[in-house]
Amino acid sequence: MSKQQSDSKQLAGVIGFFEDSHDLVNAAEKVRDAKYRSFDAFTPYPVHGLDAAMGLKRSPLPFITFAAGLTGCTLGFLLEFWTSTVDWPLNVGGKPFNSWPAFVPVMFECTILFAGLATVGGMFLLNRLPNVTRRGFDPRLTSNRFALVIDSLEENENEDEEQGSSAKKPTKFKPFDESEASDFLKKAGAKEVKSVYTEGWF
Amino acid sequence: MATSTEVMQYTPDVLVTGGKTLADVNDDISAPLERFPTKKWWACFIIAICVFALGAALATEMFTKGLGVLGLNQPNGWGVFIVNFVFWVGIGHAGTLISAILFLFRQKWRTGINRSAEAMTIFAVMTALLFPVIHTGRPWYAIFWLLPYPNQRHLWVNFRSPLLWDVFAVGTYFTISLVFWYIGLVPDLASIRDRAKNRIRKLAYTILSLGWRGSNKNWSHYEVAYMLLAGISTPLVLSVHSVVSFDFAVSNLPGWHTTIFPPYFVAGAIFSGFAMVVTLLVIAREMFNLKNYITIGHLEKMNKIIMATGMMVGYAYSCEFFIAWYSGSPFERFAFINRAFGPYWWAYWIMASCNVFIPQIFWFKKARTSIPIMFVVSLFVNIGMWFERFVIVVTSLHRDFLPSSWKYYVPTFYDWGITLGSFGWFFIWFLLFCRILPVIAMAEVKGVMTPEGDHSPHPHPQSSHSKEVSVRV
Repeated sequence: MSKQQSDSKQLAGVIGFFEDSHDLVNAAEKVRDAKYRSFDAFTPYPVHGLDAAMGLKRSPLPFITFAAGLTGCTLGFLLEFWTSTVDWPLNVGGKPFNSWPAFVPVMFECTILFAGLATVGGMFLLNRLPNVTRRGFDPRLTSNRFALVIDSLEENENEDEEQGSSAKKPTKFKPFDESEASDFLKKAGAKEVKSVYTEGWF
Repeated sequence: MATSTEVMQYTPDVLVTGGKTLADVNDDISAPLERFPTKKWWACFIIAICVFALGAALATEMFTKGLGVLGLNQPNGWGVFIVNFVFWVGIGHAGTLISAILFLFRQKWRTGINRSAEAMTIFAVMTALLFPVIHTGRPWYAIFWLLPYPNQRHLWVNFRSPLLWDVFAVGTYFTISLVFWYIGLVPDLASIRDRAKNRIRKLAYTILSLGWRGSNKNWSHYEVAYMLLAGISTPLVLSVHSVVSFDFAVSNLPGWHTTIFPPYFVAGAIFSGFAMVVTLLVIAREMFNLKNYITIGHLEKMNKIIMATGMMVGYAYSCEFFIAWYSGSPFERFAFINRAFGPYWWAYWIMASCNVFIPQIFWFKKARTSIPIMFVVSLFVNIGMWFERFVIVVTSLHRDFLPSSWKYYVPTFYDWGITLGSFGWFFIWFLLFCRILPVIAMAEVKGVMTPEGDHSPHPHPQSSHSKEVSVRV
């Protein structure tokens, strides 16, 4: 990834810094309505209302959790059923081989285990984590600063568009222009605007 | 120590006192991580290691000589080790209650205490897991006995046994608590990374934080993941101590064979866990200067939960006696009369006074908001809850159906030494945690400090400028 660094500086987008979360939410609404192709906000904590302001769709994670939970429950039962009735049926206290009520606790725990691990794994996958080679924009973004980044993605570069970033295909996107985007962020309330150049990941 | 002014200043709605800004949160909570350990910390750490070493040495000797060095004998096949297992698993429950159940109930005050409570959960479960394993006497075989895997003996574990349910319940509990805790840590580890000056430190926290940058597209998935984990941890935590109680309740022994056990154990677990959280946090807020984040208000709310769960436990105690009489079974009746007035009467009454009577002092606001009183009460509750498990395990076993085999179980030096060693093990981990990881969930605290924490959807942007969110450049 970092090999691209050699071909000098390549513009990745513009970043605008905000003093507080309300300015950020207001600005995010404006950027969303201006139909920029791709943009993201960076905040030290999850800001309520920002998902809506950015037009993000709800995360598909619950479906992953549900599917994994169902799988865990089924596998848990199959393990118990197969070992107790098929592979080595053993008479324990005269109980039936398939004594399913006694299998429920382990089925339950398997459900939880699979669902929990899949939730975490799914979250990492959707968030493209871990990714320790990329850099942050500003060390204070994890402390007390808020930022909006408008990406300079070209039309054809947009194939692997991240989930929920904008509306359906036929929407006309606003073409990206560095100075225009900077001015837009300033007008939207950014206290400081900088250009962002690619450094590996962007 | 709580000065009277500290109590006077406290208002229930303010979760972070002292007029802190967002940047202050990072500065204050990261401070203990970024300076060298104090003498006090080293003293505690060395004591913890010595205590653990004592336990480890005694355990090693127990492995070489055999379980005969313990006080176990017929009819007491279970003793202090099982008491410790149940005690430590129970301690863990408060952490999950705070992180999961209070999250689902939108209790914002949990943000100040959830990180350390979850850490306590993980270390408590790690401590608990030691006991069933060393209790086998041949711990190197335990893994083969416990897990269902294809083996050369062509045998499988018995899935109808509550002891095996325990393996799955506690194993799942540990795994899910660990990932839940870690997910909560990721944004805070990124904060520590961004503050790091030292290169090695920066590298370590970069890897630990997985490259988290606080992107809102990430927060969006993150928050859903956190909620889902809270949702699945809630039935999990209720199931874990229920399954632990099945170890007893599924048997046919009078004193154990009781349908009230699952809810009674869960309430007791939360009770003892909150007491341990209060014990630890009263010390931690003092040592790391976190009084503005873990306020008297937080502690008071925990004391209310201690009192409520203490009364649930008290109800369970009396209910057991009622059922023992109402069942008409002479064996049940004997087991319970023997429990309160037999040779172990002292253990029963230590349990009842520590768990039921002493927490009643929290009816008084003065007691709930007094640091010395709550610290002492929390210690009593911990002692009482240890004795509760002692009473359940020992008094039900020591007089079995054949009076000629009745025996007075006395734990030996090995029992006590290894028990003490488990506290050393727990505190080693907890002290390391205080040094390496942020003890308060910084990102979550910021979420409840700012106007977003309120339920007003559109606060006035002008006024919010000057409030808590003021930025120091």
